[in-house]
Amino acid sequence: MSLKVIQPGLSTSIQDLGRPGYFHLGIPIGGAMDRFALRVANMLVGNPEGAAGLEVVFLGPEILFEKDALVAVTGADLPAKVDGEPQEAWTAFEVKAGQTLSFDFLKSGARAYIAISGGLDTPPALGSRSTYPIGALGGIEGRNVQAGDVIPLGETEMIEPGLNVPAHLRRLPGTPAELRVLPGLYWHRLTAAAQEGFFDDDWSVALEADRMGYRFKGGKPLAFVDREQPFGAGADPSNIVDGCYSYGSIQVPGGLEPIVLHRDAVSGGGYFTLGAVISADMDLIGQLQPHTPVKFRKVDMDEALEARSARKKMLAAVRTHLG
Amino acid sequence: MKTRYTYGGDEHIYVEMDDEMSLDAFFKSLSMSNAVRDAGIEGVTEICPANASFQVRFDPEVITPEAMMKKVQELEHKSADAEKRLKTRIIEIPVYYQDPWTHETLMRFRERHQDPSGTDLDYAARINGFDRAEDFIEAHHAQPWFVSMVGFVAGLPFLYQLVGREQQLQVPKYLRPRTDTPKQTVGYGGCFSCIYSVRGAGGYQMFGVTPMPIFDPEQKQSYLRDFMVFFKPGDIVKWKPINREEYDRILAEVEADTYVPRIAEVDFDLEAFNADMAGTNAKLMEALNVA
Repeated sequence: MSLKVIQPGLSTSIQDLGRPGYFHLGIPIGGAMDRFALRVANMLVGNPEGAAGLEVVFLGPEILFEKDALVAVTGADLPAKVDGEPQEAWTAFEVKAGQTLSFDFLKSGARAYIAISGGLDTPPALGSRSTYPIGALGGIEGRNVQAGDVIPLGETEMIEPGLNVPAHLRRLPGTPAELRVLPGLYWHRLTAAAQEGFFDDDWSVALEADRMGYRFKGGKPLAFVDREQPFGAGADPSNIVDGCYSYGSIQVPGGLEPIVLHRDAVSGGGYFTLGAVISADMDLIGQLQPHTPVKFRKVDMDEALEARSARKKMLAAVRTHLG
Repeated sequence: MKTRYTYGGDEHIYVEMDDEMSLDAFFKSLSMSNAVRDAGIEGVTEICPANASFQVRFDPEVITPEAMMKKVQELEHKSADAEKRLKTRIIEIPVYYQDPWTHETLMRFRERHQDPSGTDLDYAARINGFDRAEDFIEAHHAQPWFVSMVGFVAGLPFLYQLVGREQQLQVPKYLRPRTDTPKQTVGYGGCFSCIYSVRGAGGYQMFGVTPMPIFDPEQKQSYLRDFMVFFKPGDIVKWKPINREEYDRILAEVEADTYVPRIAEVDFDLEAFNADMAGTNAKLMEALNVA
C-alpha cells in the first residue's frame, strides 16, 4: 500500500540520513539537509529516526493516501491539511485511506520534513534511499518526486496519534541567521583584512541555494595574499590544485560570493576554502530562504565541539520527551 | 614539498602534501591516505585522496579532532618510507576529438570563454604554442595519464599526464562555468584532463567525447558490474583518437552492453619513470597491445 503524488510541490525529494562511504568517488553523503527535523518527524510517527521521508522545499506537495497512516511535519513552518482540515506542526496526526494531505503557503524556514508511519519504502541505492539526482541514485529512479508517482510505504504497527514536540525543543534560525565557522583549510590565503571582513560583513542568502551548496552575497570582495600561483593551480588567486572539499566548507570563487557546500556537495575542485561551517549549524542552513540576512561567527574547535554536544543534548531531550 | 595539516570544520582533517602538482605529491598523498586506511583508526568514516592532498572525515564523538590529527601525523613517516611503486592497470579510452556534441555546447556558451572567436581546442592549442589544433590533440593522446583523483561529481576522474613539467599542457578553465556539459566529455582545466561522468555544469575546456560510460548506477556494462564507478586513483589511461565511424560502432556495442574496454595489468615505478619517461611510457603502452 502506498502514497500517490497528485502535485509534487516545487522540489520534493525522498531523503533519509544519507549514504556515507563514497565521497572518495564523488558520491556525497546526501540525506536530509535538516537532519534534526527529519529525525524528530520520524520519532513522532514511531519510525526509526533514519527512516526515509519527504524533504519539501518552499511549496508543499499534494498526496493521496491509499492506507491509514500517521504523519508528522517538522522543520519549516509549512501548515499541513488533511482533506482541507488544518493540522498541528511537530505533531503526529492521522491520515485515513482515501484522504489527501496538502499544505498552505510557507510561513517560515525553507524545508519541511514529512514522516509517514512505516517510512517510504523505495529501493535503497548504496545503502540509502536519499535522492541524489546528479548521480541518478535513490529516490524514485534517482530523481525528485513527480506528479503521478506511487511511493510504497513500509509495514509497521501504528502508534497513537497526538505526540508533540514543544516549541523549546524545535530549532529554526534567528534573524540574522548566525552560522558559526571554524577557520582552516586555505584560510592563510586571505589577507588579515579579508579575514576580518568576512566575519564583520553582513551577508544574505543568494538565489543559488540548493542541496549542493548555499551561496551568499552582500559582503566585500575578499583579497588574497600575493603569491606566484603554484604549478597546476590555475591563474586566479582563488584557485588551488584541485583538492577535496569538506562538508560545510566555504569556497569563494574569485573572492566574491562565498558558497557553503551542503549534503550533496561536490567532493572536490579547484577553489580555495577558508574554513567550514561547524557540524552543529549545518541543519540551520537548510532552513534559510533566499535573501535571509546572515552573519558568520568565528569559533575555535572547543566551541565547535561544545555546540555539537549541545545539538546531541537537544536530540536526547526530544527522545526523552517522546518516551 | 612540505606537508600542511589543517581542520575542515569539526569533522575533517585535510592534509596537503604540496601546494603545487607533481607526481611526487600525488604518490605521497595516495600512499599516506592508504596508510590511514590500513591503520583502521576507530571513528574514521571517509578517506578521500586527491591530486596532491587528501582528507579524512571522522566522528568527533568517537575520537577527538586533536587525537585524530596526531594519529594522521604519525603516519607521515610511513608514506615517506613507502616504495613509490604501484600495481595498477592501463586502460585505453577511445576519444572522438572535435565531435559535434561538445562543439554544439561550446558554441552555446561562447560568451563565457576567453576566446569567443574560436573553439576550446583552437584556444588550448594556441596558448600552448601549437600551430594547429591537430598538433595539440596529438600531444594530448601521445603519452599516457595518471588518474590522480576521482570526484567533483560521481565517478569523475582527474588525470595528470605522465610527461616532464616542461611538456605539461596547461589551459585555464572557462571564465564563467557552463551550466551544461555533455555526458562523457573529455575536458581540460589547469594541468588536468577529466572525463565528465554525467551531464551537468562544468568549467573545463571541452576537447571531445568518449562513447565509453564510466559511471552507471544501473551497472549494465560488464566492466561496471562490480561497482558503478569505473575509475580509481592510480589507474593509468591512454587516450585513443577515434573517428565518427568508430564512435558509432563502439556506441552500438555500449548500447548492446557488449563493449569491453582494453585493459592491461601493469606495474608503475616512479623512480624508473623519472629516470626514463619515454621508455617507461612505451612499456606501459606496449602492455595494451597484448591486452
